[in-house]
Amino acid sequence: MDFQAHKDIAWNGIWKQNTGVVQILGLCPILAISSNVVNAVSLGLATILVMALSNLTISALRNFIPYEIRIPVFILIIAALVTVVDLAFNAYLHELYLVLGIFIPLIVTNCIVLARVEAFAAKNEPGGATVDGIAMGIGLTLVLTVLGAMREVIGSGTLFSGIEMIFPGIQGLTLFGDDYPGFLVAILPPGAFIALGFLIAGRNWIEARKQARARANPPAPRSPKTPAEAATSADPA
Amino acid sequence: MSETTALGLSARTGGVMVAFTVVFTAMMAFTYDATHEQIQASATEEKMKLIAEVLPGAAYDNALLDDYVQLGPTRELGLDEGGRAYRARKAGQAAALLIEATAPDGYSGRIDLIIAINADGSVSGVRAVSHRETPGLGDYIDPKKDKDKKSPWITQFADLKAADVPACKVRKDGGQITYHTGATISARAVTNAVARAARFAADNQNRLFAAKSGGPL
Repeated sequence: MDFQAHKDIAWNGIWKQNTGVVQILGLCPILAISSNVVNAVSLGLATILVMALSNLTISALRNFIPYEIRIPVFILIIAALVTVVDLAFNAYLHELYLVLGIFIPLIVTNCIVLARVEAFAAKNEPGGATVDGIAMGIGLTLVLTVLGAMREVIGSGTLFSGIEMIFPGIQGLTLFGDDYPGFLVAILPPGAFIALGFLIAGRNWIEARKQARARANPPAPRSPKTPAEAATSADPA
Repeated sequence: MSETTALGLSARTGGVMVAFTVVFTAMMAFTYDATHEQIQASATEEKMKLIAEVLPGAAYDNALLDDYVQLGPTRELGLDEGGRAYRARKAGQAAALLIEATAPDGYSGRIDLIIAINADGSVSGVRAVSHRETPGLGDYIDPKKDKDKKSPWITQFADLKAADVPACKVRKDGGQITYHTGATISARAVTNAVARAARFAADNQNRLFAAKSGGPL
């Protein structure tokens, strides 16, 4: 595969088929972890690593995996890789593990890993599959980061709290002063659903506007539509 | 094709599945073996760090983690499955007890604590080891989550005198321990667990220090 194909795969993973706001897959970790930025980014980074590894491994082994039992084999490989990553983090990056540790086993519950293995890695070259895993992971991390920031700012009035566990010496920000009473619903699971809803709406709005613009300025000149007309007829995906 | 009978297919896919299982289990076993010692060392170091927060290192000179009593299920400490009481000694004399205890009545279940109680009956320090209290509301029992970084809530227990133990209750219950309005349950659970542990240590101190190391009480 050439560079352009890899770029397309990356763009697909980060924006067009974003796991968080387009495919809406893997909600379990998204909703559970995104109560602050540091947790969200930490889980995102761990997921990128696991997705890249699992896509690479399964793509490399795809010709040895019988079609009939591919799902159990995929799950076996993903679970084994997550275990190896978990143990390796615990042993060699212990400080980081104290922060990430509880999230790494959660990655197995994220169906996006299995979904990409089944939909992409099992049918493509290892190079492209690795790019796909990393791009999907980055897309998920971006959604997690924005969600985490929204919920943390609204819910506790801080940003990057807990960062001193990853980078000692750096302090999180307190935005609204020490007596900010907090807004509990943003931190609890319903806040995650509400914030995710806004994100999905925001992405749909951007896409609709882009399509409206493409229609308003078509390559071959046609009668221009108003943006409102175009938005209502836009593809919701 | 005659080879794709149900039996043949089962045998073939079964064989492949077994092969994959063996290979990847071997991979996990190998990683476990390679990382095991390192992980144990980190776990011990982490435990020592937690202990250093509740009991200053100058207070004892024995190998604390190797000198413990294995407690069975103990109602006073909230232990359903038992736990350990580590014995800190200085120059052979009893210095303090580090007790694993559980507050069973947290807002979201059990709160596991480590409580250090000096030989004179005063409390040296308390830390929550694990809990599931509501983020942003009851989780101030964990100093890492407490917004007051200068004097986190749980430091109130440090240097609680033996004479103060009867008053080791939240203010709402007539004691001297403060709490955050709207999140009394978490504070009350921890406070009462500390008081129970302090009483348990005072009542059983001689037996605890005399018991054989690694053995039962």
